[in-house]
Amino acid sequence: MDAKLKETILNPIFKGNPITVLVLGICSSLAVTVTLKGALVMALSVIVVCGVSSLILSLLRNTIPSRVRIIVQLVVVAMMVILVDQVLKSFEATYAIDKQLSVYIGLIITNCIVMGRIEAFALGNKPWPSFLDGVANGAGYGLILIIVAFFRELLGSGTLFGVDILNWLGYVPNNLVILPPFALILLGCIVWVQRSIQKDLQEK
Amino acid sequence: MEYISLFVKSIFVDNMIFAYFLGMCSYLAVSKNVKTAAGLGVAVIFVLLVTLPINYLLNKYVLAPDALIKGVDLSFLSFIIFIAVIAAIVQIVEMVVEKFSPSLYSALGIFLPLIAVNCAILGGSLFMQQKDFVNVGESLVYALGSGIGWFLAIVSLAAIREKMAYSKVPAPLKGLGITFITVGLMAIAMMTFMGISL
Repeated sequence: MDAKLKETILNPIFKGNPITVLVLGICSSLAVTVTLKGALVMALSVIVVCGVSSLILSLLRNTIPSRVRIIVQLVVVAMMVILVDQVLKSFEATYAIDKQLSVYIGLIITNCIVMGRIEAFALGNKPWPSFLDGVANGAGYGLILIIVAFFRELLGSGTLFGVDILNWLGYVPNNLVILPPFALILLGCIVWVQRSIQKDLQEK
Repeated sequence: MEYISLFVKSIFVDNMIFAYFLGMCSYLAVSKNVKTAAGLGVAVIFVLLVTLPINYLLNKYVLAPDALIKGVDLSFLSFIIFIAVIAAIVQIVEMVVEKFSPSLYSALGIFLPLIAVNCAILGGSLFMQQKDFVNVGESLVYALGSGIGWFLAIVSLAAIREKMAYSKVPAPLKGLGITFITVGLMAIAMMTFMGISL
């Protein structure tokens, strides 16, 4: 694999992470981080939507007139989101996926990461790198989601994926961690840690 | 009475920012000073008020199971219909406002087109669909309440950030980090409204 392709994949996961560096797509994402399972489902959905819609739009990039490109992008992304949502709905009963997740899956349409990557990358690059770029950005987003969910589920319910980790030691679950505000504070801390490591990201 | 309860609830308890994180991107990006924040807040209230009742009617008479044709469930189309309605309405509203009220147009400025991709608007429609309102009035009240909630959230954050510009913040926390934590603390304050029933 050549260096440029490797850069395309690795950059969004840490150095140019869509959430903590570009501040894209925070909308709606944090609400699904109460449990690791919810975060994982959301992360996978975003990876699929982002990768495949980048691929499709990259294949279409020479045929779309630039004046109507936004609406074409919206239609493709919305179609992908509907597909993902239908797939999840069929598994809802078997894997006990939270019903409210459907609202947040729908909100992937307006998730700025998807549109942002299409606009910035897929419309100017070949299909294969575009697909990788979409997947990598989805993964960078998913990584943050999973880190936040890990702490929230561990401290808030004492479990991971519903399996008891801390409770049998006599840990009393901290309900504040489950409430929405803590997701923001945790995200603030992640940004803090990342920016102390990467000094060039610090704002003046 | 139900309307008042729904109104207060959608402002404080089910606040779009603090309880559901909707519209977070523009919330963080446009909250550097109070004036622009207020402009965006007004635009959000306005667009929510227009799009929610329309999406409510579409949902009830076209998309719901058995609504249009007996035995046909079109609800899987709701995402694409809602976003299309929102994009179209935003475009129309922009043209109408430009024609009839140039002063309002210049006040709302670039915010109107931005709003088409604001999650708060699509989120409002999706939550409305989930809440099963009984009539248009309820969806209107919900739109007004959640819009005002969003407005209050962005204006108060902008005010805090304006003050915070003069404080000493550790370098890695500057900007984004401290803003997240501030919003978190504001959200904890808003939690006190939880469980209120009128």
